[in-house]
Parts: sequence; C-alpha cells; structure tokens
Amino acid sequence: MNQTNQGFETVYYDNKTVRDFALACVGWGLIGMIVGLLIALQLPLPGLNFAEQFSFGRLRPLHTNAVIFAFVGNAIFFGVYYSMPRLLKTPMANPLLSRLHFWGWQLIILLAAISYPLGITTSKEYAELEWPIDILITIVWVIFGLNMILTILKRREQHMYVAIWFYLASFIAVAILHVVNSLAIPVSLTKSYSVFAGVQDALVQWWYGHNAVAFFLTTPYLGLMYYFLPKASGRPIYSYRLSIIHFWSLVFIYIWAGPHHLLYTAVPGWAQSLGVVFSIMLIAPSWGGC
Amino acid sequence: MEISFFLILISLGVALIFLGFFFWAVTNGQYEDVASPPLRILFDGDLAEVVTEREHDEPDKPGV
Repeated sequence: MNQTNQGFETVYYDNKTVRDFALACVGWGLIGMIVGLLIALQLPLPGLNFAEQFSFGRLRPLHTNAVIFAFVGNAIFFGVYYSMPRLLKTPMANPLLSRLHFWGWQLIILLAAISYPLGITTSKEYAELEWPIDILITIVWVIFGLNMILTILKRREQHMYVAIWFYLASFIAVAILHVVNSLAIPVSLTKSYSVFAGVQDALVQWWYGHNAVAFFLTTPYLGLMYYFLPKASGRPIYSYRLSIIHFWSLVFIYIWAGPHHLLYTAVPGWAQSLGVVFSIMLIAPSWGGC
Repeated sequence: MEISFFLILISLGVALIFLGFFFWAVTNGQYEDVASPPLRILFDGDLAEVVTEREHDEPDKPGV
C-alpha cells in the first residue's frame, strides 16, 4: 500500500479495523448492559428467571464477560489500532493479522454468549470459558501481540511514546495471567478441571482476578488516555517525566498487590502483609499518573 | 503454600522481563529527550489526509 511520490512516501493507515472494533464495542456493550439490567431485575423479580438457560447464575458471567472482554476489550483494540500506527508513524505490521484478530475476538465472544447459557463453565470468575475457547483466546491474543511487536520493530519514529509501553505491558501480563489461570485437564470437549486444587486454586484465581483488572481494565486505558487526552485537548500532557515514572513504577509494583483481595483468609499472613505494602506503594504510579 | 512460590516466581519473571526492557530503554536513549515526544504526538494526523488536501490545492497553482 506504499507508493513513492516525489520523494515522499504515502502511507495509509488501516481505519477499517479501527471502525470495526468501535462498532463491535458499541454493539456488544449494549447487549452486555441489557443482560446486566435483566439479571439486576431478576433479583427483586425472580419470575424473570424464565428458563434455566436464562437464569441469574448462567447470565451473570455472560454479563461480566460481555462488558469486560467484549465492550472494554473491543474498545482497547479500537484505541490501540488507531493510536499505534500514528504514534509509530507506520501502518500496522500485517493487515491480515489485524483482520484475524478482529474476527477471532468476535468469535470468542459469540462462543461465550452460547456456552454460558448452556451451563458450560469452569466456575472461575472472569475466566469461566472452557478450555477449547481458552486456547482460542490464547491464539487470538498472540496474534494481537505479534502484530503489535512487529509494528514496533518496523517503526519509523525512534522514540516509543509512553502509551506504547502501556500497550506492551498489557499484552505480556494478560498473556501470562490467562495461560496460568486457565491451566486445566480436559475430561471432555465442554468440561475440564483446574490443575490447581482447593485454596491453591483460589489463590491463582485471585492472582488472575486482581491482575486482569490491572492489565486488562487499567493499563491499556492509561495508555489510551496518554494518547487521546492530549489529542482531544490539543495540548501535551503536563509532565512527560512523570508519565515515565508512572509507567515503570506501575509495571514493577502492580502485579504484587493481588493479596489485598485475600485479607483474613487462609493465605499466609506474610503474603497478605506484603500485598498490602505493595498496594500502598502504588501511590507512586497513582500520583505520577494523575 | 507452594503455590505462593509458584506465583511469586512467575511474577518475578515478568518483573525481570520488564527490567530488561527498562535497561534497553535507558541505554537506547529513549529518555534522553523528554521535551519533544509529548508535543510530537499532537502532530500525527493522517498522512493520507494531508496528501488529499494537497491534491485539492494543486490545481490553483500550476507549475508547482
């Protein structure tokens, strides 16, 4: 798609993928929130549990997954595919990977929307999808990461703006969290057992749960804010130095704060205390960022 | 709680990966200039749009 024009190279950014992710974000967002409204109404009006497939227990994970991974997820990809080529001054490395990422992610959401009402679940909060879909998530996530890393490698802007670092950290952390928490032994196509047992499984689950909020719901959006806020306001961020401190302190501290979800549980006291200490140390990136 | 050590090892691994990235960023000179990057992102409009605008201008200026 590049052509040399009087010594200047004309570059086209892939705005189609950006638009598709934006449309998917709005569409799935509406569905996810309507399901949320339904399950909220099911609490005072139990009669709304009109079939087992549409009962509270089966629709609740559909609501949380739709809002987190379909609404928020598609919005992340929308922002990344928009800002990354513009920050790195090069189109995304591979348009085919972009398309595979888009359709793969929508397929995962569709499979979730079918399997949860049917009662197919691992019962791990925010990670209820069964193993074949978990494998699909891993593949699509690696496609996303590969596309991103190849784009960074062929960038024409030598400096990597702080937003890129946040995207990169999100990719790496979510990949590791997803793979470790989803480790399971399948007994059939629709049923598997976690390789961890009892309280150990609970610990892995909340190590995942805490850091999924951190690296799926927080760090991608910090990156997006560092791009879209200055663009929208037409003025640079207050201090680029602080943004550098923000990123590096966050990336070294955030992942250790998980135990604050497990205070007064069977988790060893020292681990609870350590988690709290790291949570308080998070004041550094919080202040740096705000 | 062997699982704690398993998770700590993984988290340390992630931290080490990023420590590597950090040393690369510093030695690569990524942070030598902290003044221009926040300004530069404000001027990253679509190159295709710029070209389109120029095409609209050009008929008025023959010979350019």
